Amino acid sequence: MLEVRGLQARYGAIEALRGIDLDVKAGEIVTLIGANGAGKSTLLMTLCGQPRASGGSVRFEGREITRLPTFEIMRLGIAQSPEGRRVFPRMTVLENLKLGAIVADPAHYAADLDRVLTLFPRLAERRDQRGGTLSGGEQQMLAIGRALMSRPRLLLLDEPSLGLAPLLVKQIFATVREINENEGVTVFLVEQNAFHALRLAHRGYVMVNGRITLSGPGSELLANPEVRSAYLEGA
Amino acid sequence: MEYFLQQAINGLTLGAVYGLIAIGYTMVYGIIGMINFAHGEVYMIGSFIAVILLALLGAWGFPPSLAILLIVLLAAIPFTSAFGWAIERVAYRPLRGSFRLAPLISAIGMSIFLQNLVQFLQGARNKPVPTALPGGFTLMEAASGFTVQVRWLQIVVVAMTVILMVGLTLLIQRTSFGRAQRACEQDMKMAMLLGIDVNATIARTFVLGAALAGIAGVMVAYYYNVVHFYDGFLAGLKAFTAAVLGGIGSVPGAMLGGLLIGLIEALWSAYFSIEYKDVAVFSVLVLVLIFRPTGILGRPEIEKV
Ligand SMILES: Nc1ncnc2c1ncn2[C@@H]1O[C@H](COP(=O)(O)OP(=O)(O)OP(=O)(O)O)[C@@H](O)[C@H]1O
Ligand SMILES: [Mg+2]
Repeated sequence: MLEVRGLQARYGAIEALRGIDLDVKAGEIVTLIGANGAGKSTLLMTLCGQPRASGGSVRFEGREITRLPTFEIMRLGIAQSPEGRRVFPRMTVLENLKLGAIVADPAHYAADLDRVLTLFPRLAERRDQRGGTLSGGEQQMLAIGRALMSRPRLLLLDEPSLGLAPLLVKQIFATVREINENEGVTVFLVEQNAFHALRLAHRGYVMVNGRITLSGPGSELLANPEVRSAYLEGA
Repeated sequence: MEYFLQQAINGLTLGAVYGLIAIGYTMVYGIIGMINFAHGEVYMIGSFIAVILLALLGAWGFPPSLAILLIVLLAAIPFTSAFGWAIERVAYRPLRGSFRLAPLISAIGMSIFLQNLVQFLQGARNKPVPTALPGGFTLMEAASGFTVQVRWLQIVVVAMTVILMVGLTLLIQRTSFGRAQRACEQDMKMAMLLGIDVNATIARTFVLGAALAGIAGVMVAYYYNVVHFYDGFLAGLKAFTAAVLGGIGSVPGAMLGGLLIGLIEALWSAYFSIEYKDVAVFSVLVLVLIFRPTGILGRPEIEKV
């Protein structure tokens, strides 16, 4: 579904991605773990054309998308819940969700809204509250819900567990699995929370300094001593 | 008292016009964080389009009337919208992402170009505009014999402004274009990540502002019965002051600021000196910028980069 080859990206003189090769197959949950500043968020954003790749290629469902403008990429069936959540602060929960569906077929709107509000009943209670006044966890739910409103085939999630209470982390991960299993949405998940992410994912990649250093099935990476010492100590 | 009321009515009419122009400044600022310095010219072009269309309609045998006024109003919209679109394409979009002053300089260039274009095509002298809707009614008469007059045109200007404001509010609050526009204002990158065509949304914002300014221009041409190629400069600067006073970026603020500026100008002219009315208005700009840069309804700036 997603084929990334030799992908490079830079911020001015900083090389953030130094040749990434990675695949996500339809129906999979794939996770990407790595230390702070490794380039995980940059990778997710570069897939969407922000920043634009300085080298290499990205194909989505066989189609070359590396040079497409961001809004066109997102109209192909990709949605992202980005780092920092980026909920629209001065719009209500409902307006945020409507914006998620802005390029979707309006015929699906009612059903999709219903589905998101069922997944996150909390959002239904807060429907008319402004995004900026939600708690961190609620914002996280809203960011994921908003991404789902476009009926993506590929969902990109950047650290959905960040700053959440353990119970909520569990709940969010269960939701991700549900979306994947029941609705066949392919998920590419960036996480600091390596233990949970690797248990959830079919496969995982480890990123260090803009490069992929390890990859394999989630269970294999969980057992890998290098991964254990670098990302799972104390977890 | 009657004198005050008369000035307030005149000020309100003028204020409605400033408010309509100010909305264009405030919406463009809201979405790209920059002032459209060519916006006043769009208003002026609206006035000239009214003159030209009226002359054409007159030549075809239609005398000025309320119906003709409304037809001219509608017919001017596509023209002024096209100018708004062109300003964005020529002066702003190619320079997006370059240093902040660059688009301002190009917009001032655009503004001078448009003034000269109209001067070249229409001449440098004042152009008379035939009276479209003469007369009015007497609202009240003082014992002294002073009468408070309301012109029909004043009612048209205020009513039209109210209708446009309601329409604009619905557009911004209820439609998917409005949501996309607010999304771009609040987080442009996230808007792109939702599949919103940000360039198109910005262009539409310029067009919408230009349409409103054009309507203001048409109405003012009728109201003052005279137009001049330099009219856009002063009106633009006053509307900009209105936008800042109301809180730049806020649409209700622009309207409120417009009304206040209109009232200040009319009352200052009436009670102090008509020669210094422009100075009074721009003193307001300076005072607001010093003491309350966020204006009356503006939010404190958080993170505009
Ligand atoms: N907008 C930017 N401008 C300049 N440098 C940036 C920018 N965004 C990220 N970087 C740099 O690029 C590198 C990769 O950052 P990125 O945000 O992708 O890391 P990350 O793996 O997501 O980290 P974290 O786990 O902390 O979120 C870092 O060195 C960072 O400082
Ligand atoms: Mg990150």
